[in-house]
Amino acid sequence: MNRTIPPPIKDAVEFDITLKPYEKFTLDNGIPVYVMKSDEQETVQLELVFPAGSWYESESLEAAATNFLMKNGTGKHTAQEINESVDYYGAYLNRNAYHENATYTLHCLTKHTEVLLPIMQEVVLDPAFPEDELSLYKQNQKQKLAVNLLKCDFVANRFIDKYLFGEFHPYGRVSSMEAYDALQTEGLRAFYKKHYNYNNCKIFVAGNLPPNVIPLLNKYFGSTQWNGESNLIKLDLPVQSAEEKKFRIFNDENGVQGAVRLARQFPNRYHPDFPKMLILNTIFGGYFGSRLMSNIREEKGYTYGIYSQIYNFRQISAINIQTEAGRDVCEATIDEVYKELLRLQNEPIPKEELDLVRNYMIGSILGDLDGAFQLIQRWKNLILNDLDENYFYNNIQTIKTITAEELQRLAKQYYSPGDFYELVVI
Amino acid sequence: MIHYNKFTLANGLRVIVHEDHTTPMAVINVLYDVGARDENPEQTGFAHLFEHLMFGGSINIPEYDEPLQMAGGENNAYTTSDLTNYYIQLPAENIETGFWLESDRMLSLAFEDKSLDVQRKVVSEEFKEHYINKPYGDVWHKMRELAYAKHPYRWMTIGKELSHIENAKLEDVKAFFFKYYRPINAILSVGGNVTVEQVKTLAEKWFGDIPSGEKYNRNLPVEPPQTAAHKLEVKANVPLDALYKCYHMYARTDKRYYAADLISDILGGGSSSRLHQVLVKEKKLFSNIDCYHFGSLDAGLLTIEGKLVKGVKMKDAEKAVQQELEKLQGEIITERELQKVKNRVESLLAFEDMSLLNRANNLAFYELLGDAELMNKEFENYEVVTAAEIHEEAKLLFDENNSNTIYYYAAN
Repeated sequence: MNRTIPPPIKDAVEFDITLKPYEKFTLDNGIPVYVMKSDEQETVQLELVFPAGSWYESESLEAAATNFLMKNGTGKHTAQEINESVDYYGAYLNRNAYHENATYTLHCLTKHTEVLLPIMQEVVLDPAFPEDELSLYKQNQKQKLAVNLLKCDFVANRFIDKYLFGEFHPYGRVSSMEAYDALQTEGLRAFYKKHYNYNNCKIFVAGNLPPNVIPLLNKYFGSTQWNGESNLIKLDLPVQSAEEKKFRIFNDENGVQGAVRLARQFPNRYHPDFPKMLILNTIFGGYFGSRLMSNIREEKGYTYGIYSQIYNFRQISAINIQTEAGRDVCEATIDEVYKELLRLQNEPIPKEELDLVRNYMIGSILGDLDGAFQLIQRWKNLILNDLDENYFYNNIQTIKTITAEELQRLAKQYYSPGDFYELVVI
Repeated sequence: MIHYNKFTLANGLRVIVHEDHTTPMAVINVLYDVGARDENPEQTGFAHLFEHLMFGGSINIPEYDEPLQMAGGENNAYTTSDLTNYYIQLPAENIETGFWLESDRMLSLAFEDKSLDVQRKVVSEEFKEHYINKPYGDVWHKMRELAYAKHPYRWMTIGKELSHIENAKLEDVKAFFFKYYRPINAILSVGGNVTVEQVKTLAEKWFGDIPSGEKYNRNLPVEPPQTAAHKLEVKANVPLDALYKCYHMYARTDKRYYAADLISDILGGGSSSRLHQVLVKEKKLFSNIDCYHFGSLDAGLLTIEGKLVKGVKMKDAEKAVQQELEKLQGEIITERELQKVKNRVESLLAFEDMSLLNRANNLAFYELLGDAELMNKEFENYEVVTAAEIHEEAKLLFDENNSNTIYYYAAN
């Protein structure tokens, strides 16, 4: 056997990827329910999504605080009683607030779904926002922030978003001690009333569902016009990016590493260049074999890891290159990033590398579509962004067919070093 | 119930196959029975550094990652105090690429100076990123040295000090490889859209002719029972005081491990757990507090760690923790609370099993514990624990003489 010869492989372009369709139901009050069933495991995921992210705040941190505190006491039960019930069934009732949306997600064993839904209903429909829970939240969040502010990567992430979008835009706004101090229960109640309504709720469920899942959802979320109707208008907000391009910040005089960030604005996912740039970004810094990793980690050993990402924000996106590098090699790291940007502008990507990245990306998508929880996640991203499966299939097609010339054109348009903000936080 | 088949190659390599035809993917998991506990005390961090070198090319294949990515695959690895685990996920049609790559690096690495030079630097940056340049990042270095006198758990997987990694030599790397990275010390677990017959054929073809190697018989220093409380005060540039308390618990295969694990959940599992409810919510002494352990194979540490609310005195905070531990030693827990923590385990295991990668990884892990079948019996081990046993174990575990405490003070 000759071990130097690789076994034959099936190429990415030959893989036929299909996005398994969801089932859609509508509750009596009009709430859409997107369902992805599977009968393999005895587990369920049930997610309620609301347009209740930081985008809609009139006071900083309102969205996150409202979302967090809904679970900490209702008209009928204290935070402890709620936690006790959820924990008793080994379930997880998680909540998250993002830029645009906020969510409540239940994970549980199928057999416990029915007993947990009333608890979830209470939290979403009848939160009390007790005064003492808010003051505890403020205290503990401020303590957490104090610790995070010592970390160069945390500080760098705050600054770079501020440079990109401006501190008054929801994408560039950051938490602060003062903003926590200013939070009031009345503000949270008002935010809750306006953003957690039956008419702007979407439900996504996946897993091995109880046969009566739709009647159950109807019973707890579908029968009334809870919190009334709320008509939210979402307009693009003005972006005020920084004039200056280069920043060096000393956060910790004794720091042994620096957090390096290089970033620029980029159009959102609706722009025709977006799906193409996902491929160029992968080549540049989006996987372990990327140009940045090969050069800066595997060749020079400046860092444990370096990545480039494209933000998935709705109004406007950005390209952000990030790493933590040895204190004395931060500047050398930046030089190498620029060299790699220029190399993509000046030289077409070799066929072998492009083929490899096509295969890698398709394989990775295939892996990501494995299982009902992952599938509903993929659909959720499309639905919440007003897209359908054509967007997904077009992206796959782009991965399979994009040319080196087209990628070089994109590099020339978006990879000019002078367009990037440059930040080092030590 | 996880279904699997098991066989052993003539060279001693144990192979587990878990068929799952609902997925288009396959995973290959290779577990080597070597971790940081097997290191020479003068060359700590070696098992982990070695893990990095496993990606630097093997005897017949100059690049590990490229052919895998070309086949649509992804991979990673991790090292713990106990073991080193490598895993691949790729489309099932291309599974042979995984066998080719994994078998060649089990056969022999390329052993190149360049790879060692670079990975020494990479690991140094990893060390800095996680343990030096982070507030409280050094606490586990200090805790391990405080809690262990003899057992190699007294150093961290990343290594005791940077110099051990910086001084690593190629000849040490070679010796390490041929001692531990042999078929006789490894477990191959394959899962996904594959068949047992297919895996048998591929395993024979690619791994069958690798020399067996010598079985590594572990003979580690035994940690003597702790007979007096250990305490350490630290001052550092952090914004909040923190309290860390560790108690020696049981080995992973000890029956009493399960009671101790449930105790950690009673104290620290979820927002309704005792420590969070009493110390964060009611008494407002801590802004967060957790109780956990690492599930290590030899006797590990049951850990309580929390950050104090600004202005709270360390001795008041510690006393309140102590009271919670005494409560567990004094009163038998209710059946409902016992049922709660068992339900939590049941759920946790079910969610863990959802991922194909976890299933393949866990089958290899339980095989290392003695038998892959243990994976299917795991929940029973928790189900049989009684409230009386929890009570007994709490008395033993939380004995003051079994305690190790770090008072971590904010310097300004």
